[in-house]
Amino acid sequence: MNLTRRDLLAGAAALATTTSLVPWVPAHAAEMIKLGSILDTSGIFDAYGKPMQKATELAVAEINAAGGLNGEKIELVSYDTQSDMALYTQYGQQLARQDKVDVVHGGILSASREAIRPTLRKSKTLYFYNVQYEGGVCDRNIFITGVTPAQQAAVLIPNVVKDWGKKVYILAADYNYGQITAKWVTKYAQEAGGEVVSTDFFPLDVADFGSTIAKIQSAAPDLIVSALVGGAHLSFYRQWAAAGLNKKIPMASTTIGVGNEHKVLTPEEGNGIRVAYNYSHELASPTNQAFLKKWAEKFGNTDDIHELAVSTYQGVWLWAEAVKKAGTQDRMPVIEALEADLSIEGPGGKVTIDPKTHHATLDVHLMEFQDQKMKVLEDFSQRPPLDTQAVCDLQANPDDNQQYEIKI
Amino acid sequence: MRPGEALSIWRAMAIGAVALILLPFVMQYYTLTVLVIYGMLGLSLGLVWGFGGILCFGQAAFYGLGAYSYAIAAVNIGESSVPFILGIVVPALFALVLGAMMFYGRLSDVYLGVITLVVTLIFFKFMNATAGSAHVIGDARLGGFNGIPGYQTLNVPGSPDDYLYDDRLYIVCAVALLLVYGLVRWLLASPFGRVSVGIRENELRAELLGYDVRARKTLLFAVGGAIAGLAGTLYASWAEIVTPGLFSLGQSAEIIIWCIVGGLGTLAGPIFGAVALGYLKFLLGQQSMVDNSIVLGLILVLVVLLLPRGIVPTIRDLFFRTFGRRRRRSRRPARRQDNAS
Amino acid sequence: MDLAAVILVEILYAVASLVLIGAGLAVVFGMMRVINLAHGEFMMMGGYATIVAVNLGINVYVAMIIVAPIVVGLIGLVVERLVIRHLYGRLVDTMLATWGLSLLFIGLVTMIFGNTTTGISTPISGLTIGAYQINGYNFFIIVVAVILLLAVFAVLRWTRVGLVARGTMQRSDIASAIGHNTSRIYMVTFVAGSALAGLAGGILAPLVGLVPSSGGAYIAKAFITVIVGGPSIIAGLMSSAGLLGVVAQIFTFAATPVVGEVALLIAAVILLRLLPQGITGRFLKGRL
Repeated sequence: MNLTRRDLLAGAAALATTTSLVPWVPAHAAEMIKLGSILDTSGIFDAYGKPMQKATELAVAEINAAGGLNGEKIELVSYDTQSDMALYTQYGQQLARQDKVDVVHGGILSASREAIRPTLRKSKTLYFYNVQYEGGVCDRNIFITGVTPAQQAAVLIPNVVKDWGKKVYILAADYNYGQITAKWVTKYAQEAGGEVVSTDFFPLDVADFGSTIAKIQSAAPDLIVSALVGGAHLSFYRQWAAAGLNKKIPMASTTIGVGNEHKVLTPEEGNGIRVAYNYSHELASPTNQAFLKKWAEKFGNTDDIHELAVSTYQGVWLWAEAVKKAGTQDRMPVIEALEADLSIEGPGGKVTIDPKTHHATLDVHLMEFQDQKMKVLEDFSQRPPLDTQAVCDLQANPDDNQQYEIKI
Repeated sequence: MRPGEALSIWRAMAIGAVALILLPFVMQYYTLTVLVIYGMLGLSLGLVWGFGGILCFGQAAFYGLGAYSYAIAAVNIGESSVPFILGIVVPALFALVLGAMMFYGRLSDVYLGVITLVVTLIFFKFMNATAGSAHVIGDARLGGFNGIPGYQTLNVPGSPDDYLYDDRLYIVCAVALLLVYGLVRWLLASPFGRVSVGIRENELRAELLGYDVRARKTLLFAVGGAIAGLAGTLYASWAEIVTPGLFSLGQSAEIIIWCIVGGLGTLAGPIFGAVALGYLKFLLGQQSMVDNSIVLGLILVLVVLLLPRGIVPTIRDLFFRTFGRRRRRSRRPARRQDNAS
Repeated sequence: MDLAAVILVEILYAVASLVLIGAGLAVVFGMMRVINLAHGEFMMMGGYATIVAVNLGINVYVAMIIVAPIVVGLIGLVVERLVIRHLYGRLVDTMLATWGLSLLFIGLVTMIFGNTTTGISTPISGLTIGAYQINGYNFFIIVVAVILLLAVFAVLRWTRVGLVARGTMQRSDIASAIGHNTSRIYMVTFVAGSALAGLAGGILAPLVGLVPSSGGAYIAKAFITVIVGGPSIIAGLMSSAGLLGVVAQIFTFAATPVVGEVALLIAAVILLRLLPQGITGRFLKGRL
């Protein structure tokens, strides 16, 4: 990202210890539509945040190049939260109160979303959370464009139980996402006639899986389902392959590949792992090919594009289409436009906002790792966010404001 | 208390009060509030380490414990008075127990640092491993990695719907910081504080003079824990979410860095260091020219190499060297410049 | 029975990896009383050096055992000359400065290599023990740890350099008075410690997914292992890595990896409470 005039001004204003410099801003700046972006682009979560920031910039640049929205250009106000939760609260407040942006896109971890969601709701600032997450958030001010566990598990689990066998061993990251995903996997495995022999949870910093690998072998499952997350957990796939077990027990995952892990693992380590996502580089659709081309033109190479970056890109475009349709960037008309079955054609396929939950109905692709690529095996079009739909109905209760724990 | 000491305390508090009144003209309340909270957290370690000689790697444990105690109690109780008190008492008691275990065990030096570090890591790992629905205290889900959101924030005592937020929360935090600062200064000027400094200077000598070193260190440690807990409680109310990150190694290190950059052996130094570095981090996040880790890293290395005593003592010496340091010196016969400011 | 053998291998592996992680820090801290909080980042850079070397076509063992220590040793040399040299005898300041360095290195590595996870695959294939398959690389790590301990011991115990180094650490004034250049000895020691960290990072690289912030995962473990071990470098490292590794692995097998890690931490607290100067502060005093 380039240092914009606004950044310079903010810095200068702060350094000169005064905000009275603001009148110096050229008058037309006030007419621009403002899009706030709040992401970890440094610190330990930057592998997720940086491509998301790029995706936001790309979408904004495209919209501006096409003449903006309703004749007005978009101004991007970006903050780097440095993987520090306290900064989410600060910048969230800054975006809502001082920058007075029209929409905020951002947040990566669920905790960071929960740190800014109340602020944005109170200040009536529209919020897009563009990340694959555990599901259940019910709040009319927020739109969520990532996939949720049920969307993935409903596609993935019946397929692998049918192909590989009935005894399932689940490994999951020990936080909300992993816990909830494990429950959905269990549910779909049982519905497909399988049984779960064991479920193990690992905190995000566990990097040594030797004893776990021995334990798995003594349980002798037919397949493994992994919902492990992050750099430390990547060690599991390495150690699993190093013990030669990837040739013996097949594996499915709801998480590997989100951070482009399939490009890090060697073909021998990764081949055959099955996943289900909204996006893959290998999707042949013209929208995706055009997207890859634009990304390459702007940033050089396309290696860092991942699921979350595409969600972000689709999130910004969904918002932009809604602004066009509403004819204004004001919050309520935009929300109503989004609730009126608005959809766009994104790199990952058609994305529609589900008016009841403000989550996305989207295409899910069943894929298999092959030579560091995700080969698409089957497409499942327009999968609704079943999990959140079970608990949340914003049309019946527009004032609802909580994250439900979905009972399965 | 020596003559003149009380005056000096009042004067320092007055300067602090003026600064706290003027700052809102420059910065937004939401940023300022957290900087004041960081200042209090810095002060807690500045007291324990700078005046008690106890190098605590785990001040974040008390901070996080205060925040979590408040959040858990607030979920269960609602009205914020009792949670607020618990947010101070729980970490203070924990510090008392931990301190007793360490000091009666004659631990010192880096060994002490490691124990406090390890205790913080245990909290961190434990809290991270509580995502499952089995981990509940009363009505409060501990939530693991994602933390606890959505509890009652501070309210005017007795009226749960009258929230203290924004400018009012800032006033509460600012007043709390001033009060804590004044109390700590008073404590340090009291015989207890003087003996504490004596213990820091030479533990054996203090012991031979008949002071119970272990009990005094434990008490001082508990006071530091209580202040860090208060900072955590205020933080919980400001952030509206608590996460295990409060217990992280990074958080602990940050507190140590505030103290060293600001100036160890003073009280104003750690407060200043916390506020300055906290604000720097906030400013850095608004640009994307360079990676922020590089800037912060460079600053730390340069401060250590060029200003080994920290910013506040360096500036103060510069100030007194220019404007009659001699006069001040003569009032303090012992070479204990530590107690000033 | 098979399971018992597997558990035994895993325990040995855990101890060996603690030895590897702690060795560089033990040398620097034990001999110079400098706490190098950038130790984890040194390991991380060793990992990156290995990966880059392997991608350039260098044999993986050469990359791990030769390239990584040399690269990180050189970085250590620069760091010592520019920063650490000014801070000897100031324990706390070295901590702050090295913490700053760790942030700096994370930032620099992120700029150079980006923040996507990288790694190489293990060069040794899996082995079968009865009904179980285990990671053959574990044995390699155990062997390396043993050789490393022997080598450090041999250097310190039987070479002139080791003798002078030990002497300098005990009484630098005397060493200097009889004509040794102490500044140079400190420099060499720091470089050696850095190289050991680089070696550890290189050796562990095939087992983990490497990101610029990976170092954070090692530093606490290394620090705890070294301090619990106490003043003697070899005996301390062996005894504490042994105790902590066994405790951690047993609890990991009996319960989960989290319980294992917490057990390690609690064991460290109890050990320090009982032996406030570390294990070798009480037992095996005066050994290497």
